[in-house]
Amino acid sequence: MSAALIVDLGLTLLILGLGVWTVAARSNNGAVVGYIAYGLLVALVWVRLAAVDVALTEAAIGSGLTGLLLLGVATRLPRSARLTRPPTGLGTRLLAGFLSAAVAGGLAAVVLLLPDPAPTLAPSVAANLPATGLGNPVTGVLIAFRAIDTLLESVVLVFAIIGVWSLAPKDGWGERPGWLRPAPLGSALTLLAQLLPPIGILVGIHLFWTGATAPGGAFQGGAVLAAMWVLAMIAGLARPPAVSRRWLRLMLVAGPALFLTVGIAGIWLAGAFLAYPVAYAKPLILVIEAALTLSIAAALGLLLAGPPEHPSAAERQP
Amino acid sequence: MTLALTLFTLIAISLGAIFFLAGTVGLLRFPDTLTRLHALTKADNLGLGLIVLGLLPQVDWPVGGLKLIAVWLVVLLAGATVGQLMAKAARSDAWNGSTDLEPPR
Repeated sequence: MSAALIVDLGLTLLILGLGVWTVAARSNNGAVVGYIAYGLLVALVWVRLAAVDVALTEAAIGSGLTGLLLLGVATRLPRSARLTRPPTGLGTRLLAGFLSAAVAGGLAAVVLLLPDPAPTLAPSVAANLPATGLGNPVTGVLIAFRAIDTLLESVVLVFAIIGVWSLAPKDGWGERPGWLRPAPLGSALTLLAQLLPPIGILVGIHLFWTGATAPGGAFQGGAVLAAMWVLAMIAGLARPPAVSRRWLRLMLVAGPALFLTVGIAGIWLAGAFLAYPVAYAKPLILVIEAALTLSIAAALGLLLAGPPEHPSAAERQP
Repeated sequence: MTLALTLFTLIAISLGAIFFLAGTVGLLRFPDTLTRLHALTKADNLGLGLIVLGLLPQVDWPVGGLKLIAVWLVVLLAGATVGQLMAKAARSDAWNGSTDLEPPR
């Protein structure tokens, strides 16, 4: 038994144990904290599987951003809903457990029954990658070979923002998002929010730029940029912008709009929707990725900032 | 020379691992939040510092080494800040409104 196998086995057991612990946690906050740790461990598994791109995304979005969103929801629930009394009967819960186990069993069966070697498109991606001018096959798949998926994903983020904004109370429309209550100035958080953003913005841009040749890309870079923005907002050093601002809305749709424009232009210039003229593939992809990074950063930051609220709502709530 | 550097790496990383172990034992055994935070942040900062120190001879200079040092410095900053914030949250009553209580049995 090699050392690597022991580490992998330990990691797997830890994840399974943490999963059970998260499901069984008696408080919502506890379950969310378990979920965040679970996401970080899953990111380690992706690193062990040599899928560093997925690991970065899992750590930044799966664990960090989703964890923060869930934590916000857990603390916002009215106290009565926070008590984990079983809301349904034993039969319903048994049925839910049975269905979940069936899904898990089905997935396990599919993975175990795969022919050996498993069917893969990796050789054709490797063969066609030079045409895109990219060095990172993951970015190649995301932006060129399966561009339609990425385009739809970036549009989904805009829909998510519309969904969050539509939760605005009647007098809150057009105002600033109100979920992030800034901490008092002068705490340790203020210092962190002054020191970290210069480093974080550099790392975010680096992740976007290096995504062409190494693990990284628009989603990972955008997530880091959004984290820096949210840090400044939580520390009270920056106020979330009013949702009626035109520049904010332009920033949100810039990435998907540019992606769609280049994709439609491809019908005439390269013969297919979302195809790039080979001579300009690399610069076009970089421009699209840059706009996507900006839009993703804005969307993720605004997701955490919540729906707009009337300025007086801050005093009404505890 | 290579042997000496490998030996240095082994010793530094082992020391770092011991610090992590001590921090974890402290986290599990110390009586209240503040002492647990003390065990966690101090031991982790030193432990990670020793592991970074041990890895320095094994990576290419200057880029790899500077990246490792940068990681350590950022973790120091984050650990110190989070430690302060959690200690404040543990001590002040102002945050009680947002803590999640266990359901009564």
